[in-house]
Amino acid sequence: MEAFLHQVLAGLATGGIYASLALALVMIYQATHLVNFAQGEMAMVSTYIAWSLINAGMPYWPAFLLTVGISFVMGVVIERVVIRPVENAPVLGVVTVFIALLVILNSVTGWIYTYTIKSFPSPFPKEMALGRYMSPHELGAIGITLVVLLALYVFFRFTPLGLAMRAAAQNPVSSRLVGIRVGWMLALGWGLAAAVGAVAGMMVAPIVYLDPNMMGGILLYAFAAALVGGIDSPMGAVIGGFTVGVLENVLGFVIGNELKLSVALVLIIGVLLFKPSGFFGKVHVTRV
Amino acid sequence: MTRRNLLLLAVVLLVACALPFLVSNYRTFQLTLVLVYAIALLGLNILTGYSGQISLGHGAFYALGAYVTAILMDKAGVPYWATVPAAGAVCLVAGFLFGLPALRLEGLYLALATFALGVAMPQLLKYHHLEKWTGGVQGIVIPKPDAPFGLPLNPDRWLYYFTLVIAVLMFVLAWNLLRGRVGRALVAIRDQHIAAEAMGINNALYKSLAFGVSAMYTGVAGALSAIAVQFVAPDSFNIFVSIVLLIGIVVGGLASISGALYGALFVQFIPNIADDISTAAPWAIFGIFMIGFVYLMPTGVAGAVRLLLAKRRSAP
Repeated sequence: MEAFLHQVLAGLATGGIYASLALALVMIYQATHLVNFAQGEMAMVSTYIAWSLINAGMPYWPAFLLTVGISFVMGVVIERVVIRPVENAPVLGVVTVFIALLVILNSVTGWIYTYTIKSFPSPFPKEMALGRYMSPHELGAIGITLVVLLALYVFFRFTPLGLAMRAAAQNPVSSRLVGIRVGWMLALGWGLAAAVGAVAGMMVAPIVYLDPNMMGGILLYAFAAALVGGIDSPMGAVIGGFTVGVLENVLGFVIGNELKLSVALVLIIGVLLFKPSGFFGKVHVTRV
Repeated sequence: MTRRNLLLLAVVLLVACALPFLVSNYRTFQLTLVLVYAIALLGLNILTGYSGQISLGHGAFYALGAYVTAILMDKAGVPYWATVPAAGAVCLVAGFLFGLPALRLEGLYLALATFALGVAMPQLLKYHHLEKWTGGVQGIVIPKPDAPFGLPLNPDRWLYYFTLVIAVLMFVLAWNLLRGRVGRALVAIRDQHIAAEAMGINNALYKSLAFGVSAMYTGVAGALSAIAVQFVAPDSFNIFVSIVLLIGIVVGGLASISGALYGALFVQFIPNIADDISTAAPWAIFGIFMIGFVYLMPTGVAGAVRLLLAKRRSAP
């Protein structure tokens, strides 16, 4: 029982990380109806930037904030330079560009930083908290995730810019007519997604260590989380993230760690087959 | 097919037959891999180019084909040439079965599901209950076949000709499949699936058929690669195999049979050239080429060649 409880709590911690990345995916999906296959690699690059800053002698929290800022700019630049030309291209073209982005970010990072595994510091103390059930880092990761989610909620719900971004995602034509710069709203959405992804990367790096391929599996869980919650529902992505995190850990505990990625595969295909809109997503009906 | 095209084809075949005697053994081995890639790319092109279903996980079928061959050779003592059709058959069934649920998924979602398959594949191959057959992380080493009937060929050259014969067979098969009723049905479904349905095309059947045939091609390629490389291991079938195949069809040209060959030459030889710069460079270059082709040459090399030929013909 104790071991089981431990797995559930650890699952909540990684679930928070999946939720952040899933939220980044959902933000881009809402705005452009595209699934960003390079989201994981973007987060990985952000984490390397943070590593460089910390290794250059910067304290953790300023480095953290600076990384989030740099990632935001990186997201905006990627949207403006790489994605914008294919905005209206067929799906295959867009998917190809995303995969190309994944490959380029992965290999250039490997080129600069080599493929050797690096350790990444955690800002939280080492001793165990909550009795023996949870490490401070896990607790801290959940806390940070919740702060990020709250900030995003407040931003989208209560600020004029957030409202403009939601409008641009929902109805680009009308938004343009009332004077919203839709193109820039999309770029901002990419920036925000990259920033959220950066937080996820920095939270997961102390657990899985830093290497250019670290986000492969995590991206898969984030996909699963976004789909379970409904790919167009931010709330769903968060709940989906925690669900997938717990499910992954508990199933890993029961059937062994070897097939953990397959759990994500089965979840993704299962949800797509039986409930394509997820649990909180809208059901889309297309007129012929 | 016009006489000119036939002549061109004959020249290409002649050159393909003569090549092993003109280059070193190592180059012959690389050319064998080009043929293997060409078969796999043809398979993916049937699915993505002709039928419009995006697969980011064809590396999984490539792996399946390779493992079927390796396991049959290593555990059952089946001769290497007999394992190739077996690998094709297994992948045909696997692809058809995966294609059935995939029918309900369109565009992006299919890409997602197949991407998940591609990422999860190495872990499935390492699964310890299958270790008896798959050899786990260690993989399986298989012997290199010698030329039969006392043919005066070294193993590399023999393997090249063996692969060449199969590749030619597969290309003829694909050509016949795609220029007829089936090919037209696939293209119709890709371009306007509702209209295709109204014309009496069974969308579900043709789409899963395309998936099955595509997986069969990729499986045969995987089997041949296992024979050529003499080794299979889970980690050599990661998601990047699937990505290489995607690069191949984007560069070679979608919905084009000859594009498979251009794409295969590209994915085999560009890394060789780029490796001199850095071990990470081939992938960066691949990525840049992918973006470049989507922006500037969406029909790939095959499309560019077609355009050039058309221009020359229309010129006086």
